[in-house]
Amino acid sequence: MIIINKTDLAEVMTRAQETYLLSGPVETFHGHTFRHLEPGQAPDLSCHHTLLSPKAVVFPPSDPLLTFSGDDWAGPDLADLPPQAAVGIRPYDAKALHLLKYNFDTPEYKDPYFLSRFENLTLVGLAENHPDPANFSVSCGTGPFDETCLDMLLVDLGDALAGKILTDKGEAFARAAGLDPIPAEKKAAVASTIAELKTRAENAVTRTGSFGSLDGISTLDLYEQIDWEALAFGCINCNTCTFVCPTCWCFDIQDEARGQKGVRLKLWDSCMSALYSAHASGHNPRRQGWQRFRNRFMHKLKYFGDKYGAGPMCVGCGRCIRTCPAGIDIRTIHQALSRLEAVT
Amino acid sequence: MKEMENRIRQMAKDLLAREKVDQVVGFCQGSLAAVTRPFLARHPEEADQLVFNCNCRMNLATFVPDLKGRTGIVAKGCDSRNLVIQMTENRVKRENLYIIGVPCAGMADKNKLLATAGGRDLIRVIDRGEQIEVETTQGTTHTLSRQDLLQDNCVTCIRHNPVIYDALAGPEVPEPDLQDRFADVAAVQKMDPGEKQAYFQHLLKDCIRCYACRDACPLCYCPTCFVDESSPQWVGKSLNPVDVTTYHLVRAFHDAGRCTDCGACEAACPMNIRVRSFTRKTIMDCVNHFGEEAGMNPGQRPVLDRFQINDPNDFFR
Repeated sequence: MIIINKTDLAEVMTRAQETYLLSGPVETFHGHTFRHLEPGQAPDLSCHHTLLSPKAVVFPPSDPLLTFSGDDWAGPDLADLPPQAAVGIRPYDAKALHLLKYNFDTPEYKDPYFLSRFENLTLVGLAENHPDPANFSVSCGTGPFDETCLDMLLVDLGDALAGKILTDKGEAFARAAGLDPIPAEKKAAVASTIAELKTRAENAVTRTGSFGSLDGISTLDLYEQIDWEALAFGCINCNTCTFVCPTCWCFDIQDEARGQKGVRLKLWDSCMSALYSAHASGHNPRRQGWQRFRNRFMHKLKYFGDKYGAGPMCVGCGRCIRTCPAGIDIRTIHQALSRLEAVT
Repeated sequence: MKEMENRIRQMAKDLLAREKVDQVVGFCQGSLAAVTRPFLARHPEEADQLVFNCNCRMNLATFVPDLKGRTGIVAKGCDSRNLVIQMTENRVKRENLYIIGVPCAGMADKNKLLATAGGRDLIRVIDRGEQIEVETTQGTTHTLSRQDLLQDNCVTCIRHNPVIYDALAGPEVPEPDLQDRFADVAAVQKMDPGEKQAYFQHLLKDCIRCYACRDACPLCYCPTCFVDESSPQWVGKSLNPVDVTTYHLVRAFHDAGRCTDCGACEAACPMNIRVRSFTRKTIMDCVNHFGEEAGMNPGQRPVLDRFQINDPNDFFR
């Protein structure tokens, strides 16, 4: 276990930047977002939640795949990426990155752009002492202190941050940042404080029962017997929920060219937009907004779980609930779907 | 505020029970304290879920054209102006609407409300008219002045009372005599070109192109928005600043002469971008050059959508 005095945080991070490309929470308009840090910039670990999730660290909103000129093309040198560290990532957001991997790393397809970043990434998590009402991460099989997907877990003790080193990657980060081991005599007291904070935080998280357990209900029943049009009323089909979501991974490929020269981009895309499912023929299987709404929630709560057996494609971070212009809550939708079980 | 809410429920219940309308569009409480949801009541008993308070930020005129049959709609001043525009642009027929007019004291800016919780959330928001009471997750309670919490567009609102309605849910509120209504636009206009460029680049630095501003807007109903055209593709899809700015500028121009400054775009933005910085300029120009405000009179066509034989400009004749 290590300890960082908050007054030393900036110095520690500058030292870590000699080895790592860092990302973390930074202040923006009325809040924080998660992004790469400038040299000398420290992550703001006082932040409660970031508007955008950390997924951009492994899945940037606009990612050049290759440049081309006539028949020649060249991709970026993925083997030579600097090691990255996400500092202050929430434990459940770290789980979200692992959920993204189910899609980008399959036996048939391995996305080198995602994987080279993912494998190069050290996850220095920050436990959440005070979860908000929108947070339901415990119901999603993770939580504000979940260690399972992290390399190191930092816990805010007030004047200092205690850190539990969880993997070799975490050990390497501690070495590079010059983090001091906790004095032996304080170890027991800090460990018990952490346990106390953990219990308090987990109890503060909103429970929604077992979220995402729709295994017993058939896909077609959910698809057809739910009044999706009524559920979707108010949804304006903007891309907000999918873009702020840490587990939404849909992307579009676009060529931006001038004459024979150009760049091929991988861009965030959203199943909420009509263009997403528009066919070249002009046909669109999800022409209506409520059909796109249905697809999003079916994918999150049913298709993903059925395909990979890893639970729902949701970690309960609450971002979509906080930012939805129409006040739509995924927990309410899940409740409506799970009620179907009682009927059939 | 509670009184007005009760009257809205009673009116909606009555309309549904007597089958005067097929549905009533209003707001219901969302799962978070500072958020409401657009809500569709189809049966009299559902009318009890309707609420009206400082968190009803969306413009319900957005939803009306997609509904079949006769619709009752809860309309603030700005919503009613957008209903006028929907009617003028042949999106809805007046006879298919029953407008429950709500004299509006202005909406609370979500970020100003949340600021009382210091980056965390609220568990209760009670709208008491002049005052708004909030309770934070930390357990602290605050009584705040509505005036201090208002959304920017509500501070410069020219029409708090509905311009058209079938019945009012409360007594009319006085329309203020606004001084220096376009100070925000004037401040940008004063900048030199370099400063202006820096101002707009900073403004849009966090835009993720989710298009919530467009999708929340009752004016944005093109079957295919220009940013979604794929052949030809007018604008790039990345976060390149030129493409991002193109989207915002073209949207503002498209809404020029039609925008009622309802603020739904700004309230919808997940990144808290002040997107009204663009539309405000078009509103000021319409006032200064044509002496007109959008949606104030039924039958009045938008200023940029009108031809007059005595137009002073040569290129028109």
